[in-house]
Amino acid sequence: MIEIRFHGRGGQGAVIGAEILAEAAFLEGKFVQAFPYFGVERRGAPVTAYTRIDDSPIRLRTNIYTPDHVVVLDPTLLEIIDVTEGLKENGWVIVNSHKAPGDIDVGSHRVAVVNATSIARKYGLGSVSAPIVNTSILGAVSKATGVVSIDMLTSSIRNRVPSKVEENVQAAKDAYNSILVDQNAR
Amino acid sequence: MKKVLSGNSAAAYGSMLVRAEVISAYPITPQTKIVEKIADLIANGEFKTEFVKVESEHSAMAAAVSASLVGARTFTATSAQGLLLMHEILHWASASRTPIVMVNINRGLAPPWSVWADQTDSIAQRDTGWMQFYCESCQEVLDTMIQLYKVAEDKDVLLPAMLSEDAFLLSHTSEIVDIPDQEKVDDFLGTFDPEYKLDVNRPMSFGSLSMPHQYYYEFRYKIAEAMENAKNKIIEVERDFEKVFGRSYGGFLDLYRCDGADIVLVAAGSMSSTIRIAVDEMRDKGHKVGLARLRVFRPFPVEEFKKLAKDVKIIGVLDRSFCFGYEGAFFTEIKSALYNMDDRPLVKGYVVGIGGRDVTLDVIFEIIDDCMKTTDTKEESFKWIGLKG
Repeated sequence: MIEIRFHGRGGQGAVIGAEILAEAAFLEGKFVQAFPYFGVERRGAPVTAYTRIDDSPIRLRTNIYTPDHVVVLDPTLLEIIDVTEGLKENGWVIVNSHKAPGDIDVGSHRVAVVNATSIARKYGLGSVSAPIVNTSILGAVSKATGVVSIDMLTSSIRNRVPSKVEENVQAAKDAYNSILVDQNAR
Repeated sequence: MKKVLSGNSAAAYGSMLVRAEVISAYPITPQTKIVEKIADLIANGEFKTEFVKVESEHSAMAAAVSASLVGARTFTATSAQGLLLMHEILHWASASRTPIVMVNINRGLAPPWSVWADQTDSIAQRDTGWMQFYCESCQEVLDTMIQLYKVAEDKDVLLPAMLSEDAFLLSHTSEIVDIPDQEKVDDFLGTFDPEYKLDVNRPMSFGSLSMPHQYYYEFRYKIAEAMENAKNKIIEVERDFEKVFGRSYGGFLDLYRCDGADIVLVAAGSMSSTIRIAVDEMRDKGHKVGLARLRVFRPFPVEEFKKLAKDVKIIGVLDRSFCFGYEGAFFTEIKSALYNMDDRPLVKGYVVGIGGRDVTLDVIFEIIDDCMKTTDTKEESFKWIGLKG
């Protein structure tokens, strides 16, 4: 079973992002589960969401404590949350940031970086001040982890995104093609 | 057709598949997405129904009772505070013999505010005359909705039914759901055509005064009798459902690896899935542990529990609710059901998961371990598991 934990802020699309990833894996024939953990429903508040992917039906109905990979939709969360808590060895930390991967401190974990904010703005996803970055960062998740193919991801986006469908698909593809990986990572 | 759906979406699709004719509901977290999804289905032309906008849950249930009384198949959904606000009309619904089906998202009651899983809201409606079902998966939510209309609308039952699913753990959990074909559901359910209904061409009155020497007492007896009738109907409907749709959920008590078990855990709702993993691990180690998932709380499965208890040494009951001043409701009721048995097992009670506290494998193993360590079979035991200091 592969477990992925999303850290985002209300309005960035972490919850829907976890669902889009699950649907992409479903389209590849996997069993899936996606669910959120959030408090008050307001913009900017930290949100956690989870995706599980497996070859057999998923019975575990608990939060994810030892994720295989972690996705961070807002780089400021790195300062207030230990996003790598419980992250398995060799797990990816995929961060939305304009920084170089070497400038992101997540201990010894592998880091992939994509500027999902600028990609989302480029395609007019969300507002300029509060862009919706979920589809962009999922492109980076596909590329870094390989848990779903970019083709299935774009199919899932087409199934799930309610508006600006092709813009979201393009955003995922842009991110897929523009991720930066820490060359010094194990 | 298979789709990735949340428990909320499964409920919305369920209301469309059963062709609910009237829906009155007031949005409340974490149920809101049921109402939103129904609105989407209506707006895009897939779902033809009368959606009644109301200003509160009290009104939502009042509208549902009225709609059902004119003979419309009626659906509503709520959660927690909303369910409590409905309480008065829940009694009206059952005593008016209106077979409304309602989805309740089990959520903690305020204060302090909690929107997470907790079954105290529905347990507090135990005595309202509604059937109560607890689901384990999004597929079960959809399938049980179809079953419930068949049970509720039966002329020997005619009682409302509440389907409960845990907040977030099902309501917001997306997983694979097979949506049945509309024609199959139509054939299975048929239409709702009650013998007695509000009809201007055949006037009759409902809910008028009944003096003590008149029939109030007998009306109440009829509800009690209808609950008893529901027992056979629930089993019959699930058998028929399995024939048509190929899925079943164990009727009242969903038994998992209980054959030859010394210890059986009883739980309701989403945590049952996680318990299955724990049971498998214990069995792999040679420990005889099983799960009896309580799927129906009203009518209460007394006979099923007695049958289970015959060959079991310890029953560990997990309650995701608490009745202040006593203990967990399932724990109390299971002990009561077994009281007159000659050779009954020890029943131990555990409170878990209140306000959405995660019921992890560690929590379940702690409970299994506590049961295994029990040597005095007359020991009374009731514990809150995992309290922080």
